[in-house]
Amino acid sequence: MANNNIVLEAKGITKHFPGVLANDHVDFNLRKGEIHALLGENGAGKTTLMNILYGLYLPNSGDVLVNGKSTPIHSSKDSISLGIGMVHQHFMLIPVFTVAENIMLGDETVRYGMVLDQKTVAKRVRELSHQYGLEIDPEALVGQLPVGVQQRVEIVKALYRNAQILILDEPTAVLTPQEADELFAIMRELTKRGVSIIFITHKLKEVLAVSDRITVMRDGKVVGTVTPGEANERQLATMMVGREVILTVEKGPTKPGEEILKVEGLKVRDSRGLETVRDISFSVQAGEILGVAGVQGNGQTELVEALTGLKQVTGGKMFFTGKDMTGKPPRPITETGMAHIPEDRQRHGLVLSYVVADNMVLNTYYRSPFAQLNVLKPKAIDANARKLIEDFDVRTPSPYVITSKLSGGNQQKVIVARELSHPVKLVIANQPTRGLDVGSIEYIHKQIIIMRDRGVAVLLVSAELDEIMALSDRIAVMYRGQIVATVNTEKVTREQLGLWMAGAHLEE
Amino acid sequence: MDWRRFAIIALVIAIMFGTVVLVGVSQNSPLVIITSMLATTIAVATPLTLGALSGLFCERSGVVNIGIEGMMLGAAFFGWLAAIYMNTIYHEAAMLSMIVGVIMAILTGGLFALLHAVLSITFKVDQIIGGTVINILAAGITGFLNRQMFFGAGSVFGGQVPHTPGVLPRIHIPLLADIPVVGRIFEQQPIAIAAVALVVISHFVLFHTRWGLRTRAVGEHPRAADTVGINVLFMRYANVIIGGFLAGLGGAYFTLESISSFEPLMTNGRGFIALAAMIFGNWTPFGAWAAALVFGAAQALQINLQFFRELIPPSLAFLQNSYVVGLAPYILTMLILTGLIGKTIPPAADGKPYEK
Repeated sequence: MANNNIVLEAKGITKHFPGVLANDHVDFNLRKGEIHALLGENGAGKTTLMNILYGLYLPNSGDVLVNGKSTPIHSSKDSISLGIGMVHQHFMLIPVFTVAENIMLGDETVRYGMVLDQKTVAKRVRELSHQYGLEIDPEALVGQLPVGVQQRVEIVKALYRNAQILILDEPTAVLTPQEADELFAIMRELTKRGVSIIFITHKLKEVLAVSDRITVMRDGKVVGTVTPGEANERQLATMMVGREVILTVEKGPTKPGEEILKVEGLKVRDSRGLETVRDISFSVQAGEILGVAGVQGNGQTELVEALTGLKQVTGGKMFFTGKDMTGKPPRPITETGMAHIPEDRQRHGLVLSYVVADNMVLNTYYRSPFAQLNVLKPKAIDANARKLIEDFDVRTPSPYVITSKLSGGNQQKVIVARELSHPVKLVIANQPTRGLDVGSIEYIHKQIIIMRDRGVAVLLVSAELDEIMALSDRIAVMYRGQIVATVNTEKVTREQLGLWMAGAHLEE
Repeated sequence: MDWRRFAIIALVIAIMFGTVVLVGVSQNSPLVIITSMLATTIAVATPLTLGALSGLFCERSGVVNIGIEGMMLGAAFFGWLAAIYMNTIYHEAAMLSMIVGVIMAILTGGLFALLHAVLSITFKVDQIIGGTVINILAAGITGFLNRQMFFGAGSVFGGQVPHTPGVLPRIHIPLLADIPVVGRIFEQQPIAIAAVALVVISHFVLFHTRWGLRTRAVGEHPRAADTVGINVLFMRYANVIIGGFLAGLGGAYFTLESISSFEPLMTNGRGFIALAAMIFGNWTPFGAWAAALVFGAAQALQINLQFFRELIPPSLAFLQNSYVVGLAPYILTMLILTGLIGKTIPPAADGKPYEK
């Protein structure tokens, strides 16, 4: 391959953070018009490398070459002027601004040196969106658009700045499978027009489906670069993790028992007063896993908060082991035998500034053996912590480490240990593996299966379709606050679930 | 601004104006009374309007500023001091002295704001603490210097209350001020006129210029602004200092436009009421101005009722007590801040230091 085809090259990039070597002599190059996937686990250094290419961080050593020229990139301004555009995992859009305002921000068209020229910008946005087939309305408020459309706004924002190199950071994390397919089509369309794309992800299927080349990173180093023809999912996973990984979850057939959780016509409003759970009914039996699939923000959060007593129910009833628990606060609900692995482990699952041992008794500290007459018993708390650390393989130097210092996977293990170490009848796990590395995911999945096989009812909420399909015995699909379909896992395809997640039942 | 809030404002103002009209109708025509009330309302709302605009620029860029009170107090003192120096020590003309005083006040506000910016943007000190520091600092410095310079033997002015240059004269706005009876509304002093003009200018700047778009962007989502090459820290510094200038002009109102003297702590909570006005106005210039006018009306009520003191019927005797009526703006502030008025939405990143 001729050298002049390379539009972007990173040579020997090294970046230290206090205590971490995030990038260790990383070499990476991007050819004109290709989709180059950057694959790696969380914390492998992908995002650090991209932030260096985008000028958000300066490397400690190493060179960045754009179109063959060594160019220091000190700020996002530099990278924009070099034709590099980035679509961040968490969109860099301002919800209260219009599409046009978001797109022009930082590169405004003005009259008299300062007055915004909204019309010209809107016209330019329309032109770009027609040209690349990215339909967006420049006057719409970004906060009211679906995520898939917001992502298009981000892409147009980069194109508006004449980006020739596009960095997409975990772009499919928030999309339905169909939306992801649409995105891949857009990506291919862009490369036909000479745009080169760096595609950051940890999803193996996507990488094989869309990329021209794949570079795998692990622990801040590049492990290797392959083409989709040369590698399969297994090999890529091994490169990513550094050891053989079992990608499939092994589980036997389900033996459903008595009904543990029964929900009838449940209605819940979110913090803004909008009804986000609209008349939901379902039940979960002992010894089965009911997976709740759906794109984030379709009412799953509010559903789980209502079931766990964290949110007021505005209608309907919920029964737990036959007892009416509607409107009960969390404590009586947990005492009946419900374990809750919350969606946001750092905000709702742990008190990050507490030590591990204290976090392990957050739901039991008030009763024997951890307290007597309202006085805590440090010895009992210590013994509990040591046992759980051992049993659940929590990697911590001691039970008295501040929990925020642990890795995401180990933080999640602290929660799982706390929740599952008591006699439970129902486990509600909301996004239990989000943001975790493959090893931790494997572990959490195994724990969930173990609970099921012990005859515990499991309600698993996840936006990861693969996770839902691998673990669930039955699957309920949520769309705009309703369950639009409930099926046995063997009887459904990924594609069908994807269609339901996108609301396709409405047209049927 | 939504209709509900507008209706509340209209209702509150109507009640206050109505009270004065009812009491005074035997002596003056309702039109004259309403005109006089309106003119007073606009005048006394001046520091509240400017204070609210000051808060707006700060908070729209993401910096909470509860130091407006202190900025205004400091500006009131140093503006007045500059004017007196020019007038009595350098024997400059009264008008020139007052103009220098106003400029000095504006710069003082800017300097206090710079301190707030350094504390809250560079050193990421809790912004409420930063604002409190300014309030305490301003109260201390002005009280101390006031005593040191004007009172006691051997002080600069030797214990004599110096000759003051007076207050800024009313400006007769051509045409508008010539309208019979209601024309009186358009005869205002320069800072009052500037405040109204600045409401319009601030709205235009915030919502129709590049500067405004970027300011709102750093107040809503600084990281997004950073990724498109906007200098978040610079934008925040600049807007906090602009806010300081506005608070400084508001401070000048107290000693150069309202009365021609300085009293310790004379801003008397107006900086905090201005903040309430900004919140009530949902962080928009026109909304804040409307809210400032409500507070102004409450004060105008107090002032105008005193003219008609003897006419107040015995059944409403409590209205004779100017202290009772004087409570109105503070009670309104409390009602607004306790959220009785409905939900307001601050800029998303308001009060949060930006970390790269």
